[in-house]
Amino acid sequence: MVLIEIRNVTKRFGDFIAVDNVSIEIKAGEFFTILGPSGCGKTTLLRMIAGFDAPDSGQILLEGKDIIDVPPEKRPFHTVFQSYALFPHMTVADNIGFPLKMAGKARHEIMTLVTKALEEVELSQFGNRYPHELSGGQKQRVAFARGLINQPRLLLLDEPLGALDEKLRENMQRELINLQAEAGVTFIYITHAQNEALALSHRIAIMNRGKIEQVDEPARIYNFPMNRFVADFIGKINMLDASVIEVSTFHLKLRVAGLGEITVPAKACIKINDQGVLAVRPEQIRIAPETSEIHSELQFMGKIKGFFYIGDVTTYNIELPNNTWIEALLPNSEPGHAKLFDIGDTVVVSWQEQSAQFLPN
Amino acid sequence: MILTSFRLPGEFGGLAPLYILPDKANTDSGLTIETYQFFFSDFIYVEVFLKSFAVAIFTTIICITLAYPLALLIARSPRKFRNLMIMLVVLPFASNFLIRIYAWMIILGPESALSHIINSTLAFFDIAPVTLLFSPFAVLIAMIYVHLPFMILPLYTNLEKHDPILLDAAQDLGANAWQRFWYVTWPQSLPGIFSGSALVFVPVLGMFAIPDILGGTGDIMIGNLIKDQFLGTRDWPFGATLSIMLTLAVLSITGLFSWFARPAGKFA
Repeated sequence: MVLIEIRNVTKRFGDFIAVDNVSIEIKAGEFFTILGPSGCGKTTLLRMIAGFDAPDSGQILLEGKDIIDVPPEKRPFHTVFQSYALFPHMTVADNIGFPLKMAGKARHEIMTLVTKALEEVELSQFGNRYPHELSGGQKQRVAFARGLINQPRLLLLDEPLGALDEKLRENMQRELINLQAEAGVTFIYITHAQNEALALSHRIAIMNRGKIEQVDEPARIYNFPMNRFVADFIGKINMLDASVIEVSTFHLKLRVAGLGEITVPAKACIKINDQGVLAVRPEQIRIAPETSEIHSELQFMGKIKGFFYIGDVTTYNIELPNNTWIEALLPNSEPGHAKLFDIGDTVVVSWQEQSAQFLPN
Repeated sequence: MILTSFRLPGEFGGLAPLYILPDKANTDSGLTIETYQFFFSDFIYVEVFLKSFAVAIFTTIICITLAYPLALLIARSPRKFRNLMIMLVVLPFASNFLIRIYAWMIILGPESALSHIINSTLAFFDIAPVTLLFSPFAVLIAMIYVHLPFMILPLYTNLEKHDPILLDAAQDLGANAWQRFWYVTWPQSLPGIFSGSALVFVPVLGMFAIPDILGGTGDIMIGNLIKDQFLGTRDWPFGATLSIMLTLAVLSITGLFSWFARPAGKFA
């Protein structure tokens, strides 16, 4: 069931088009992420859903009803702000109880619900503290509890984990997934961190320069990016300039300068002579010592030019015969070895046909 | 001052000399609590104190109600207009305090436009004309006029520091305009109100120039009383006693203020 529909929404600030004819449908109970670089218009889109800004054109529908004219306080949505926006003059309990108080709930009812919410976020002893007496992670949990206590139809999260350090962020991501599953509330999550988006979301919308580039499940976004921007923005990807020389039902034949003809899986709307790139993820590239047996047509000799050791994996920079460099990622399953190859080694580079794809320019 | 308040007035004003000769020292130290007995023996002095407190409290409350919307307006204005508006608030300080008080004499005088407008309106409703000048009203008006900037400035300093995202958050969580003010802006502004009140209340309590110039014969405040004891009747010990009582009153008031401001100050 579609909970929120954003239909052809455009927002301008002077000459600058912040949100450009965006249409998205968000299903009830979904963890939906809007991912994009800073300044791509994702926060403006969020503010329009929350009601703080009105679109210049287009509609925002809640279960089919246009809510453009409904002020923020009347929309059954709550927002978790990046800076948490906890009220500094109220205790943790008063902060969490605030939406209930505004909704005119009775005092004893508020107390019961707040006590329960404090237990859920494991802050039972902190009810009488003030926000400035809490750590970053605790403030974060108070903000989530406050956003969820009144059972909103939709929780909007504006980069809520941005201010936390790496370790804490990972824990909070897990908590967030559990929280969403338990509360059954639809989440719209705004972030510029692609790993966060991949880990948390049911679906991701990639936004760039006010436009939606692709909306899909994380694995599909990662494995089948629609265009060069999405491929480049999500994870790392090797791109080799290529042109299409043959189109068939299941395959595209590409010509890559200096490497010859390479076959990749077919893709819709691709014609002969289209220019673009051959894209392969670093972890899909296999490298083997040059002495090893040749067992595939799709392979090239490469030279190790550098490596980057980060503990669990090592990234190798390899120079291909056409003088372009690609990256290959190898897990370090053998303990005690920072690398399996040395700079200057000649290796055999290959990948499976279906792990590569053509992205048009 | 404390010592002076326990001594006797001299024959020609000032202070009577202390008996410093050793043979007389054991019979009379020259110190007395006479002035304090005198203060409490006549209700009129206590009455002047109470009246001064009433004026100070009224002035403070009216200053808060007038200053709050203005301070809020300045704090919410675009940054480039704020300094200009603050400058306008402070502008009256450019001219002398006494000159500004005398100006009110003209504004409130019986021949002034204001008096004419008020009295002709009153005459329309068959009410006897009023005299604006030399009345408690004139004193109160001038008190508010002089002390209003002292309320606006600390309030503005406080309001300007509020994080606007908190108002967004409150609205998002279901608070309407009035609730946003009452639950978010107002409680956070209490420290500003307390410091502004201290800056208004204390000087108003000790003020003597305004009641002297604009008040009638009955509109005398503690400040006038003290000034008269030192410069008029030259009863220094009693003047000192009055000053001590005023100091005690002010200290207890400011003590109360800071005690009230304490829980609010926790998050400041």
